[in-house]
Amino acid sequence: MPVNDPHIVATNLTMAYGDFLIQKDLNFTINRSDIFIIMGGSGCGKSTLLKVMIGLKSPATGDVFYDGKPFWQSPESEQESLKRKFGTLFQSGALWSSMTLAENIGLALKQYTNLSDAEIREVAAYKLMLVGLAGFEDYYPNEISGGMKKRAGLARAMALDPEILFFDEPSAGLDPISAKLLDDLILELRESLGTTVVIVTHELASIFAIGNNSVFLDPDTKTQLATGDPNELRDFHSNFIVRNFLRRGEEEEQVA
Amino acid sequence: MSATRLFYDDSQSGAVGVKLSGPWLLGGDLPSADSIVGRLAQTPKPASLSFETDELTDWDTGLVTTLIAILQGAEKNDVQVDVSGLPDGAQRLIVLALAVKEREGARRRIVKKGFLESIGESVLSALDESKKLLTFTGELILSFGRFARGKATFLRSDLFQYCQDAGAAALPIVSLISFLIGMIFAFVGIMQLNMFGAGIFTANLVAIAMIREMSAIMTAIIMAGRTGAAYAAQIGTMKVNEEVDALTTLGMNPFDFLVTPRIIALVIMMPLLTMYSSLMGIIGGAAVGLVMLDVTFVQYVQQTIDAVGLNSLFGGLFKAIVYGSLVALAGCQQGMACGNSALAVGQSTTKAVVMGIVLIVVSAALLTVIYINLGV
Repeated sequence: MPVNDPHIVATNLTMAYGDFLIQKDLNFTINRSDIFIIMGGSGCGKSTLLKVMIGLKSPATGDVFYDGKPFWQSPESEQESLKRKFGTLFQSGALWSSMTLAENIGLALKQYTNLSDAEIREVAAYKLMLVGLAGFEDYYPNEISGGMKKRAGLARAMALDPEILFFDEPSAGLDPISAKLLDDLILELRESLGTTVVIVTHELASIFAIGNNSVFLDPDTKTQLATGDPNELRDFHSNFIVRNFLRRGEEEEQVA
Repeated sequence: MSATRLFYDDSQSGAVGVKLSGPWLLGGDLPSADSIVGRLAQTPKPASLSFETDELTDWDTGLVTTLIAILQGAEKNDVQVDVSGLPDGAQRLIVLALAVKEREGARRRIVKKGFLESIGESVLSALDESKKLLTFTGELILSFGRFARGKATFLRSDLFQYCQDAGAAALPIVSLISFLIGMIFAFVGIMQLNMFGAGIFTANLVAIAMIREMSAIMTAIIMAGRTGAAYAAQIGTMKVNEEVDALTTLGMNPFDFLVTPRIIALVIMMPLLTMYSSLMGIIGGAAVGLVMLDVTFVQYVQQTIDAVGLNSLFGGLFKAIVYGSLVALAGCQQGMACGNSALAVGQSTTKAVVMGIVLIVVSAALLTVIYINLGV
């Protein structure tokens, strides 16, 4: 397992929509090359936490540090350059529907590199090959299936060789085999590229198969109940709610 | 078969026995639980409640909803309930329905608003809307600054596509409407002016009306329905699909990428379309004039040329630019403000068209006053 090398640190993070509190006092550390799972019951603010981490929604208090640099206290230009190290796969892929897959992947390359059009196309073709979509360069997003859209979205997220990949519910809406293939792909990318991966999910199979670090958000107390390796949390954590969640509610209630 | 009935027996002191009989099916004429709930609230309060269902022949949701009303009444009045007399399935459904307590504060309270309160709220929301529009305009100016310095991120091919959609693709509808409007003006003009024997001045009427006012305003209204609505729907759908978020996370400004090119496209295309519309209107007027008036083609054309000055032409084109930018602004602003559902996309499209047309008419009135004062 990777050595302890903090990559992302969240401190005293509190998130709210107006007066409506989502989560408070979140503190966790993600090491380099971790596969970090954000988990919790429906409606507990997992996706909101992801939005705060990728710079789409500002937190009410607290900050997220990338390599020791605070994201939200930095000026906008600094935020932009931090964002360029992120790759994000949205829940439904969020591919730009007016562009082909190659153009989707190439857009960021065109903006941020000096590559020629031919080179960009080559890179796009390679990224599509990595996710198992070789030959689909000239398809439009509405011409491919939901699972393929997710993989194409992953190819786009990887366009700039990001240091951190964020996934919002990657296996939602996929059949078990496709979900497993996507998990394998994530593991493979971590192994070969050393990418730090942050995943929002409540798929237990994925959580145990690929996660080595996690935070558990609770909708009732509106804060984190646990952080650490999900396998250990399932077996040894002192809080009943956490163990119960990780065992699909099959833990009989002893002393809560 | 016994009839559907519900009655209670409180002859035994402290205990109420509820008796249900007949078929209890939804859509049947089911007795209400009110009598029993009312009895539970009366003094002397019964200590316990039990059920007897030997004569119950058939049941579905209709029975369970009645039972739940009775049980909730019992709970409110602290009456012990013995459900063992109920059918097995109904008992289990009741346990399931009452297993999860209502979350505190979860139920929406529908509060009837007073007249003054609703006026106040609509004023506040109107203020909020105009604040949003101002913020949007500010963002837009910043984005134009980036465009001017060549720092904006956008696709040239997108800009050409938008120009194509807002320009050439609109030619057929603009032709049709302008031609017909020119004809209508000519008809009205000939009817009135012929009374003074001044029928030839119909050419002046049509040309000046089209070039100064009508072309710009009609084209703008067509564009509000066509392109403004399309902008709102396109951007709104991209918001719903998280495509706008995807741009932001890549460090690309959605304003530069989505909004400003669209606005530039419409501002470029509107004066061109307006000029074209004037031409079509004049041709329409001429078609009527040549048939109904006793003039030659050359005479009519000469009369038209004499009537129109350059200030009318530029006045009309300036209006076209103003209307075009307002229509594009309304469309893009509503698209970016779109909520997160299919319903919201429809609403922002509607709002974009309504707002576009209101802005056109208001600015037309203002511009007319300004033109009169400037003597254009």
